[in-house]
Amino acid sequence: MFAREDDVLEAAARWRREGRGVALATVVETWGSAPRPVGSHLAIDEEGAFLGSVSGGCVEGAVVAEAAEVIAGGGPRLLEFGVADETAWQVGLSCGGRIAVFVEKVA
Amino acid sequence: MDLALLEALNAERAARRACVLVTAMDDGRQRLVTAAQAAADPLAGPIAEALRSGRSGMLTLGNERVFLTAHVPAPRLVVTGAVHISQALAPMATMAGFDVTLIDPRTAFATAERFPGVALHALWPDEVLPRIGLDPFTAFAALTHDPKIDDPGLAAAIEAGCFYIGALGSRRTHATRLERLAARGVPEAGLARIRAPIGLDIGAVSPAEIAVAVLAEIVATLRQRPAAREKAA
Repeated sequence: MFAREDDVLEAAARWRREGRGVALATVVETWGSAPRPVGSHLAIDEEGAFLGSVSGGCVEGAVVAEAAEVIAGGGPRLLEFGVADETAWQVGLSCGGRIAVFVEKVA
Repeated sequence: MDLALLEALNAERAARRACVLVTAMDDGRQRLVTAAQAAADPLAGPIAEALRSGRSGMLTLGNERVFLTAHVPAPRLVVTGAVHISQALAPMATMAGFDVTLIDPRTAFATAERFPGVALHALWPDEVLPRIGLDPFTAFAALTHDPKIDDPGLAAAIEAGCFYIGALGSRRTHATRLERLAARGVPEAGLARIRAPIGLDIGAVSPAEIAVAVLAEIVATLRQRPAAREKAA
């Protein structure tokens, strides 16, 4: 589902107010062709429900998995995805770009 | 991010006020800088650029990296004149991502039939503009040819610092318009901001072609850096 950034940040706040564990992922750097611009957001809750996008579907699964650990008590983390990475063929970007995603807990 | 900070950020956005979230990449500490606070911030320069361009980005300060998330309101186009040009301009601007608002007190012009799906106000600008609140993320186009409708809108757009202000009419029409606005007390610098004759000079003839010229001028003003804009002019 395509959501406006407004909806994503509003949803993150609403989920947290409801008592859910919430993480927010933000695209902070891109190299080459990247599907979503810097500043794009993905909000994730403790059940793995998410809204928004950081890559148009390519790496959301991996970001959601990392977000679960951040919600469970890990500090914020910076993730990189791209074709230079061995794992890229599993969770890579088909367009050949690279992106860095910052994942933080909404506390 | 603290929930309180996220709520403050969402409140700024809901009020159509620009702000920048500053996040340190090493430990995630954050602060929110509103447009009003930007000038006094240690990162005033990059923050001002983020507010102006609406672009987020990474900054490297010595060994430290901080990410600036720019939050600027969606661009909006407010038009006086539910005229033929507006019938083409409103759907074009909507497709280009603008929230479009049309104002024309002449009820024969401002009908939902002529403008399906557009926010339409069949009222005088003086009644509507205070309610919808013009701001620096709004483009304003005066298209009625009627000073009673266009002039108050132009004065309000200048006062609010709209990023683009254009007015339909020949050079001669515009000269008399400037005299009227000066008599209303609009300062010289504000008058100089009005683009007239409106639109890029592409030789537009039909209403739809004029709408293309107007929308292109608005997008150029929104997207080009000031230096590039001067070069293009």
